[in-house]
Amino acid sequence: MTDSLFQLTIEQAQARLSRKEISAVELTESVLNRILAVDNQVKAFLSLQPEAALEAARRADDRRAAGDTAPLLGIPLAIKDSIITKGVPTTCGSKILENFVPPYNATVIKKLGRAGAIVLGKTNTDEFTMGSSTEHSAFFTTSNPWNLNCVPGGSSGGSAAAIAAHEALGALGTDTGGSIRQPAAFCGVVGLKPTYGRVSRYGLIAHGSSLDQCGPLAKSVADAALLLQTIAGHDPRDSTTLDRPVPAYFDDLKRSHGFKGLKIGIPREYFIEGLAPPVEKAMRAAIALAESHGAAPVEISLPHTQYGIPVYYLIATAEASSNLSRYDGVRYGLRAPGDDMWQTYFETRAAGFGPEVKRRIMLGAYALSAGYYDAYYLKAQKVRTLIRRDFEAAFRQVDVIFAPTTPDVAFAKGANLDDPLKMYLSDVFTVMANLAGIPGITVPAGFSAGLPIGLQILGPALGESAILQAAHAFEQAADRHPPIPPI
Amino acid sequence: MPKLSMAEVENIAHLARLKLTEDEKRLFQEQLSSILRYVEMLNTLDTAGVPPTTSALPLDNVMRPDEAHAGLSPADALLNAPDTAAGSFRVKQILP
Amino acid sequence: MTTYEAIIGMEVHIELQTQSKMFCACPASFFGAAPNINTCPTCLALPGALPVINRQAVAYTALTGLALNCRIHRRNVFARKNYFYPDLPKGYQISQYELPLCTDGALDITVAGAGKTVGITRVHLEEDTGKLTHVSGGSLVDLNRAGVPLMEIVSEPDIRSAAEAYAYVSQLRQIVRYLGVSSGDMEKGAMRCEVNLSLKPVDSEVWGTKVEVKNLNSFRAVRNAITWEIARQTETLNAGGQVEQVTMGWDETRGRTVVQRSKEDAHDYRYFPEPDLPPLNLDPVRIDELADSLPELPAAKAARYRATWQLSAQDAALLTEHRDRAEYFEAAVAAGADTISARAAANWMTGEIFRRLNESGIAVADIKFPPADFARLIALVETGKINRQAGKDVLAGMWQFGAQPDAIVAAKGLKQISDSGAIEKIVTQVIAENPDPAAQFRAGKEKVIGFLVGQVMRHSRGKANPKLAEAALRRKLAS
Repeated sequence: MTDSLFQLTIEQAQARLSRKEISAVELTESVLNRILAVDNQVKAFLSLQPEAALEAARRADDRRAAGDTAPLLGIPLAIKDSIITKGVPTTCGSKILENFVPPYNATVIKKLGRAGAIVLGKTNTDEFTMGSSTEHSAFFTTSNPWNLNCVPGGSSGGSAAAIAAHEALGALGTDTGGSIRQPAAFCGVVGLKPTYGRVSRYGLIAHGSSLDQCGPLAKSVADAALLLQTIAGHDPRDSTTLDRPVPAYFDDLKRSHGFKGLKIGIPREYFIEGLAPPVEKAMRAAIALAESHGAAPVEISLPHTQYGIPVYYLIATAEASSNLSRYDGVRYGLRAPGDDMWQTYFETRAAGFGPEVKRRIMLGAYALSAGYYDAYYLKAQKVRTLIRRDFEAAFRQVDVIFAPTTPDVAFAKGANLDDPLKMYLSDVFTVMANLAGIPGITVPAGFSAGLPIGLQILGPALGESAILQAAHAFEQAADRHPPIPPI
Repeated sequence: MPKLSMAEVENIAHLARLKLTEDEKRLFQEQLSSILRYVEMLNTLDTAGVPPTTSALPLDNVMRPDEAHAGLSPADALLNAPDTAAGSFRVKQILP
Repeated sequence: MTTYEAIIGMEVHIELQTQSKMFCACPASFFGAAPNINTCPTCLALPGALPVINRQAVAYTALTGLALNCRIHRRNVFARKNYFYPDLPKGYQISQYELPLCTDGALDITVAGAGKTVGITRVHLEEDTGKLTHVSGGSLVDLNRAGVPLMEIVSEPDIRSAAEAYAYVSQLRQIVRYLGVSSGDMEKGAMRCEVNLSLKPVDSEVWGTKVEVKNLNSFRAVRNAITWEIARQTETLNAGGQVEQVTMGWDETRGRTVVQRSKEDAHDYRYFPEPDLPPLNLDPVRIDELADSLPELPAAKAARYRATWQLSAQDAALLTEHRDRAEYFEAAVAAGADTISARAAANWMTGEIFRRLNESGIAVADIKFPPADFARLIALVETGKINRQAGKDVLAGMWQFGAQPDAIVAAKGLKQISDSGAIEKIVTQVIAENPDPAAQFRAGKEKVIGFLVGQVMRHSRGKANPKLAEAALRRKLAS
């Protein structure tokens, strides 16, 4: 029996743990065995902590024996390597941090620890989370568990693939322009990017500071709700967190009225040329399904949608060009000595950063440089205002918005590597939530040629409950228990 | 005609402290030029009177009380340092 | 030969004396600390660490802005200034750029008795860098100072001479010390100056090329660097040369400016609003409270001393130089309002007390006796209960033990002898013991009276009232 425990959702595992039918050690061993069995193909993990995980599992069992009922007690999770873990190597997919062992924990890791969760290891990411495929990881490319020749998406491709391949019960990712939702959609799992300010960024390796958020990847909407509930909340160490109470997202799902009376916005700008027909078909089916369960679809317009990609790539790269200045070989990380201190900067950063990171640092530095700031960075910030206003207007009309998560299903490894702009354009549907600061979730909504399709549900700021409930209703109505990928 | 001159590419690389090979310079010149041409679509929008969004947050005045607490131990501070001496991070001699 | 006038603007960086750093909770004190002992993920710029604004540092900067008659901007914004240097952990300094906390102020300075107003362009808040030590085999980076709150005060180009610059910087230091926002100790690096200087022919409105001189870490350096630069540029221009737009440093040992950076490697700081910090939007009530809490500043204090107590300009300036000294003085005057004059208190304060403070190096707060006891001591002398010399002895006892003046007078038996019978007796004895000086006086050598009074004082162990003693001597010798 214990050899299939890895297939459980968090909700199922928690029920069995609390009834003492299984132990956290058994559960963790099952998941670790699963990783041993499949991760040589999937390559979701950059590093594993099996001993520490089992030790944490034993402590969780002790805590439970002592009457502790913490919400994630004994649940083994995968953590994206863009999240700082004390004493556990944290590379963010970069050579420049290859041997970096942080002396502190991210706030989200502290919160998971208090809730009793077990960290299995760190998952692969595009270097500094810059990418949509994990192909920009400095170490290796993760495979999509549904088709090992395809990418898992990115940058949280490791976390998404780990969940899809049942190498963890849940995972954390980070999302600057779609880095949770896009890989979750590509791998057929649930992924949620919270409202900007809902979850602490303290200990997330910064990419675009005004866009970055940490969120869950999970096998079910309920699991995502439970994880979000654990990591959300105000943090005095992050000045950009909102000091607002955290709803009981998980319990609220049980009290939800489902689709009944829900006004769903369908943005006409998202159903455009370039949207793959199978994806469009899945979207139309999802809308029809919601309608058949009592939802009211409303066509809406988000007129500045086409400007999302240019705005996003100017703002995210500008912020990144500054955020990545700290990797200078002085205090930690790689140092490639040059003839003098000044050359050491150039050598270190040339040796430590991969091509995509260099490209984005260059673009961002240019957008901020003397004479170009107004034309690029400031202009992008102004258009960002117009995009926010689009959503504010939309959410005066509707409760949530349905949209495709990605224009197409997962692409083959190598397909987009030579054309960065083409790669960027595939983020067209996800960057909007980051620019507007609003929450978005992706749920599995069918398959095309054996590869998953994701339905993205967007909500107003702090509307996590609304999108979780809509996603949960969709999950129930579609009644598709996630199949196990053929690996 | 690339949007970005080679001199500009070199200037940005210098600002960002990136040593680039000649091949990388040519590649970035071409790729960044095409991205910059693409983002030029923003200029078709009239943004006169539109305030910039620095952050999507409705927050201001976030401050902390002036209280001191111990941070990391010096050993932890230097834990990942490529080179240290006398309790400090050591770099190549800078001429003062 | 053309005569030139110097156009000088100053940028003064002042470290704020908060408990914790600007953006993290590490202790802000670093002077003399072991390297890297006050650091954390934020000030080490570890990946993922974030800044949070120190409320007190904002209040201190606003208070300084108010003291400098600035407009305080409720809405102000932190920005990143991007550049690489090993003492700058993040690769950017969090500073203020487009929307600083304070702008449009003015400071009145006095140079050689003449008044002048220097405009204050802006006062903004930022963080200090770490410290580099250059040793053989490398440079060492200590980040204890990285992130210490730093206030930058930028003046208008209203300064015209080294003496004015000196006065400006002195008065800034006095003000920040009065406000209690900084130690102002230049020797400890708590205050660092930069000068922007250009020359213009006196009969022209066209300014020459601006030269920046950085790292002026003493008042002397400010004065000498300006004097040097004016001479250097004048010489260059008069020789038909051109002043280059450069950044210079001050070489203390050689006593001259040296080029640090030419225009070609000018920085492009790529400022942009700090996305990790929401803008400040200060409560106007709080700004009003700060304005109400402003102490009386030295210039106003000195003016009041002169007007109310008719003190000399020199005494008023001396007494108000340090806020704690001025407050001690004022408390003594208040305590002795019915018994002593402010002038007498000023004499004792600037003489005896200042001498002892300077010699011992202790702070006013550590004086062992309260201002009221000081006032009582002065009253004892003023009313002739003890003589001046005895007063100084009593003060010595107060200084050492904190004892009350009356108790010391009683214990040492210092009470002045004003009993004419007793004095008469001593005078008779002194004349008898000193026949020669007595004869000289009688022969018209007036100066000898001083010696004889001294002898009377010696016999009385200092207790005789010297005025009565002299009168008695003159009477006896005349008879």
